[in-house]
Amino acid sequence: MYLDLAWRNIWRNSRRTFVILTAVIIGVWSMVFLAAFSRGMLNNMLKNGKSVLIGDIQIHDRGYRSDPSIDMSIQDPEDVTELLDRLLAPEDVYAGRIKVSAYVSNARHSSGVTLVGIDPEKEKQISFLGEKHFKGKYLDSKDKRGVYAGDALLDKFDTGMGRKLIIMTRNSKGDVVSKAFRIRGSFKADMEATEKNYLFITMDAAKKFLNMPVAISEISIVLSDEENVETIAEKIKEKVDTALLSVETWKELLPMLEAYFSMFNSFMYIWYVVVFIAMGFGIVNTNLMAVFERVREFGLLRALGMKPWLVVCSVITESVMVLLIGITCGNISGVVSVLFLKNEGIDLTIFGKGSEFFGMSRIIYPQLTLYDVVNINFVILFLGIIVSLYPALKASRITPVEAMRE
Amino acid sequence: MNIVTADHIKKSYFQGKMRVEAIRGISLSVEQNEFMALAGPSGSGKTTMLNIIGGIDTPDSGRIVVDNNDYSNMKQSELAELRMHKIGFVFQAYNLIPVLSAEENVEYIMLLQGVPAKERRAKAQKILDDVGLEGKYSRRPSELSGGQQQRVAVARAIVSDPAIVLADEPTANLDSQTGESLLDMMKQMNREKGVTFIFSTHDKMVMEYAKRIVKVKDGQIDDDIVKQI
Repeated sequence: MYLDLAWRNIWRNSRRTFVILTAVIIGVWSMVFLAAFSRGMLNNMLKNGKSVLIGDIQIHDRGYRSDPSIDMSIQDPEDVTELLDRLLAPEDVYAGRIKVSAYVSNARHSSGVTLVGIDPEKEKQISFLGEKHFKGKYLDSKDKRGVYAGDALLDKFDTGMGRKLIIMTRNSKGDVVSKAFRIRGSFKADMEATEKNYLFITMDAAKKFLNMPVAISEISIVLSDEENVETIAEKIKEKVDTALLSVETWKELLPMLEAYFSMFNSFMYIWYVVVFIAMGFGIVNTNLMAVFERVREFGLLRALGMKPWLVVCSVITESVMVLLIGITCGNISGVVSVLFLKNEGIDLTIFGKGSEFFGMSRIIYPQLTLYDVVNINFVILFLGIIVSLYPALKASRITPVEAMRE
Repeated sequence: MNIVTADHIKKSYFQGKMRVEAIRGISLSVEQNEFMALAGPSGSGKTTMLNIIGGIDTPDSGRIVVDNNDYSNMKQSELAELRMHKIGFVFQAYNLIPVLSAEENVEYIMLLQGVPAKERRAKAQKILDDVGLEGKYSRRPSELSGGQQQRVAVARAIVSDPAIVLADEPTANLDSQTGESLLDMMKQMNREKGVTFIFSTHDKMVMEYAKRIVKVKDGQIDDDIVKQI
C-alpha cells in the first residue's frame, strides 16, 4: 500500500511529474550517449594509435627511441624471434620492420616520409594495412621494386598506379642512396597524416636498398588477449639482454593516450555530476513543491502516529519512483540512439583536422559498455536519493499543529 | 475511571511578536465513555487544549495523563505510538488523503499499526458500513459529499478501537442536517462501542448532543455542565 500510495502521489500533479521526468530522461540520455560516444572515441584513438605501426609490444635497440636512425637497429633479430616463437601463444602475431627516414620525390613534388620495410603478409595481421587497402594491389613479398603508398600522398604527388617514386635515404654504411620504386597500390587510413607519412616496401627490398642483410629496426607484437600485455612484456624482458634491447608496451610508446585512458573514467564521473547538478535542482524543486502542497497531509499523518522516518521514506519512495521511470526511459532512448549510430557512426569530417590531431578517425562509432550504463544509473539513483533527502526531511519535520494552522 | 486527566495546563505561543496565552491553567478530568464538548468562542483555547490532550502539542506547564500514560515522561516517538493506538482524531476539514479511496483512508492507520492486509480490509469495510457508507468503499474523497467525508474521517478515527476520539469542530463545515446525522452516528458509536468522544465546538447542536459541556473562555474553564439524563 505504501508503494501504491507513492505511485498515486506522483501522478497527483501529472504535468509537474512529466516535466521532471523529461529532465531526468534528457539527463540520462545525454549521459548514456556521451559515455558511448566518448568510449567509442577513446577506443578509436587507441585502435588508431596501436594500428599505426605500434601494436601491443615493441622491441627495439636500446638507443632507438632517443635516436630512431638506421644505426640503432636490432643486430640479431633471429634470437628474439626464436624467443617469441617459444613465448607467444599461436594466436599472437609479431612482425619485424625496417624503419628509416627517407625523402621521396617525383617530377612534381618531394617530401620527407618514413620508409618501412615489411613482411607484407605478417604486417597485414598486425597493423592498419590489413584493412585499409584502397587502390591497385597490395605488396607481394617477392616484389623488389614495388612501393605501397597512402592515397593522400599520391594525390599530393599527382601520381598513380604504375608510376615511379624516387626514394632517397642513408644506408647502414652511411652512404646516401636512392632508388626508383613503382607504385603498386595505395591505402586509405583513418588519418590523412598516416597516408602522407608512410611508404611501404618489402623487407627484402629494404634490406637490399639499405644494405641491412640481417638487422631490423623493430619487432612489433599484437596479442590475442590485450589483458596479457604487461605479463608478456615482463616475460620478454626477463629473457632478452635488456642492456641491448628495450621492450615497451603501447602504454610506454603512447604515453599521452595512456594518460587519457586512465583519466577517462574520472572525466566521465565529472560529466555525470555536472549533468546531475542541473537535474538535481529540478528534483529538489519538484519534491519541495510536492511537500509544501501536502503540508496538511503530512501533519495529519504525524497526528495519526506516523513516525518521522516513515515520512522520509514515503517522500524518498516517490522520488525513487520518478527517478526509476526517468532512468528506464533515458536508458532506452540512449541505447536506441547508440544502436542507431552503431553501424553508420558519427561523421566528424567537418572537424577533420582537429580530430586527426587527437588521433581520431573521421567517423566515430559509439560504444556502450555495461560498466558505463551501471555507473550512470548508480550515480543518478544515488545522488537522486541524496538530494531528495532535503525535501523528505522537511516533510518529516512538519508538526501536526503547524500543519493544521495552514 | 478517568481516561484523561489534565492538571494545571498552561500554554502560550507567539503570534508575530505578540505572546498569546492560549491556556491559562486548565485542570480537567474526563471519564471513560463520556461524550463531552469543550465549548467556547474562537480563540478561547479549546482547539489548543484538544491538541494537548491528543499529544500533538505540548503544554508549557502542567501534567496530562491519557489512559494511564503521563505525557511528561514520554518521548515524541512514544507519543506518536500512543496516538496511533489510543487516540483517534477527527478534524474540521476532514483531512482525508485525496489519492486514497474511503476504504484505503480507513485502512491507512491500521497499515501504520502493522495489521495484516486481509484483516485491515475486513475491519475497514465493517466500520464504513457502521457509519453508513456501505458500497462507497472505493470512492475517493473528491467523489464524496462533505458529510460522507467526515464519516470516513470518523471511521478512520474509531477503526483501531482507540481509548478516546478527539474531534475538532467536526460539524463546522457541514450543513445542519448532515451535522445532525453525523452526531447521531457518533453518539451511537459512543453508546454501542463505548468510545469516549471529546469535541471542541461552538456549534449549539453539538452542545445539545453532548452529555457534558466544559465551557472554555480566555484559556480557562468558565463552566462545567453535566447533563442529567
